[in-house]
Amino acid sequence: MIDFATLIEILDSTVRLGTPLLFACLAGLFSERAGIFDIGLEGKMLAAAFLAGAVAAVTGSAWLGTLAGIGGSLIFAAIHGFASITFRGNQLISGVALNFLASGMTILLGQYWFGLGGRTPALIAGGRFEAITLPFADALAPIPVIGRLYSDLLSGHSALVYIGFACVPASAFLLYRTRFGLRLRAVGENPAAVDTAGISVTGIRYAAVAICGVLCGLAGAYLALGLAAGFGKEMTAGRGFIALAALIFAKWRPWYALGATMLFGFLEAVGNRFPKIEIGFISVPSQFMQALPYILTVVILAGFVGKATPPRAGGEPYVKER
Amino acid sequence: MTTLPKWADTFLVPLISLLIAFVLSGLVILAIGENPVAAMKLMVTGALGSTYGWGYTLYYATNFMFTGLAVSVAFQAGLFNIGGEGQAGLGGLGVAVACLYVPWPHWSLALIAAIFMSALFGAAWAAIPAYLQAKRGSHIVITTIMFNFIASALLVYLLVNIMRPVGTMDSASARFDAVMRLPRLHDILALVGIPFNNRNPANISLLIALLAAVGVWVLMWHTRLGFELRAFGKSEKASVYAGINPVRITMYAMLISGGLSGMMAINTVMGEAQRLLLNSVEGAGFIGIAVALMGRSHPFGVVLAAVLFGFLYQGGAELALWTTVPRELITVIQALVILFTGALDDMVRRPIAALFLLFRKART
Repeated sequence: MIDFATLIEILDSTVRLGTPLLFACLAGLFSERAGIFDIGLEGKMLAAAFLAGAVAAVTGSAWLGTLAGIGGSLIFAAIHGFASITFRGNQLISGVALNFLASGMTILLGQYWFGLGGRTPALIAGGRFEAITLPFADALAPIPVIGRLYSDLLSGHSALVYIGFACVPASAFLLYRTRFGLRLRAVGENPAAVDTAGISVTGIRYAAVAICGVLCGLAGAYLALGLAAGFGKEMTAGRGFIALAALIFAKWRPWYALGATMLFGFLEAVGNRFPKIEIGFISVPSQFMQALPYILTVVILAGFVGKATPPRAGGEPYVKER
Repeated sequence: MTTLPKWADTFLVPLISLLIAFVLSGLVILAIGENPVAAMKLMVTGALGSTYGWGYTLYYATNFMFTGLAVSVAFQAGLFNIGGEGQAGLGGLGVAVACLYVPWPHWSLALIAAIFMSALFGAAWAAIPAYLQAKRGSHIVITTIMFNFIASALLVYLLVNIMRPVGTMDSASARFDAVMRLPRLHDILALVGIPFNNRNPANISLLIALLAAVGVWVLMWHTRLGFELRAFGKSEKASVYAGINPVRITMYAMLISGGLSGMMAINTVMGEAQRLLLNSVEGAGFIGIAVALMGRSHPFGVVLAAVLFGFLYQGGAELALWTTVPRELITVIQALVILFTGALDDMVRRPIAALFLLFRKART
């Protein structure tokens, strides 16, 4: 049986590993709710992580790095928007292309700028996001259970973690309580109706893709500046696709996205902490734990456990009637 | 957009897209401080300047023919199979099972078994996403992506825990028996008296890939099933109205596609490595997407595009060897080709169509 300290440790690493997924999942949510499929989350995160790592290494500022990461991600988002909104291209193919572009360009530029085989130089203090200690964390630590929960689990994360969690209610508010959110959701379900109401479908979709770019930028920046100390070759390691899986798991809803990404973060944390898990006589291999998010997503997609219905106009370019 | 004549649609548009992709790649090379012209020269001599280079080019091209055909069959039926990577990985498992556990007396028998098993395993891995798409409406792109990851976890598990011979450290299966070495291209060409370098992995799988291309062509344009596949891809509604069963067509398209992806493994696993390695696919499943887009989903185009990508692959490896340009340049070129021939197709097409319209008006 695992003790309380181990549990706190695992939950703590769940939060850290779940945060990039959360950012990317919310990013995908905005894009797909507006009817633009985005399998390029991975590429955007990778580009952002690279630029964040590179700029933070040169300037020594984590926040400048984050800005650069968001910028890089926005460029990719713009290409995706250009291909899938303006030129009505295939959104899936555009996403695939952008993933490869990020994977190749990060190494090409990384090698050219730093000559470290694609890595960026390891960051020293200031270039990384420091842990933030919440008020009274030290004072409350001796209290059993609650004290540990507060000081070890809630406190002591980097700024981006708290921003990530704040993004959940913010996204929910933006999507369900504002005029823009209503229009954005409508564009994903029935763009013709939005067009008839005299609102630009193109404009709303570009806005959604841009929000997606910003959030992916934060996801990538957190990977390079929060979770690790610098950019490493292919450091997203499929997280963009896990975020995509989480998005389906969450049925394209912000609060569910929090649950889904934390669940997948938890799976990764458990897999890291216990490479082999013994349940009775069966030992579960670590590879199974790694594959579990994908397996769960396929099960959800198959509709055996709760049906996940994507936005109706997803993936279809909008053609104004002539 | 019906203003384009057919030849412009099939040749001019992809060629211009390719040209744009290459020009941009040249700019990328320039941006990282190398000379694009010198780089191109190095790539051409490295990949096509000797029979050694040709051997590697054709070896890579063989992989891309299989995966490109796989993607294009699915494309023709209106399905986007991104799962080539996982299907090819499972195909490798099929080859390993066929070659490791049966003492074949001759390579030809082993090859037949390996073809069968690789296609079977690849098709089986495509069958689940296909079934879920056909019966439950789960988006095939997402499920095939998920299956890529599941396949890689499965292969790691099998290679590390089960198939790895006792006492070895690297995660790979045991070596196949020497009897099962496939004839290399230089063996085959020596039969007709053509000298060919013998230090490259090009092998008989190339001929199988070419046969597969012919097979796909016959299937798609000269059989009833092929007609149904294409009709389904053009318009699902119309084909269902014409009495075509959508579940059956989706299953067939994906089984053929998965089988073709899986067959790639006879080239890499049986033809080259002679054992199942951890990452034997090396992204060829994804390059299949670029190849299918570039080849306009036609077997003939796919073969040409596969050779082009084989050249890029081998040329890129040579470039990485002699200059500071990393191998990943190929990934960038591949991305640009996919972007321009796939997603930004309309951007290239619109001005060309406008130009043709202008010419036509001027003539009348």
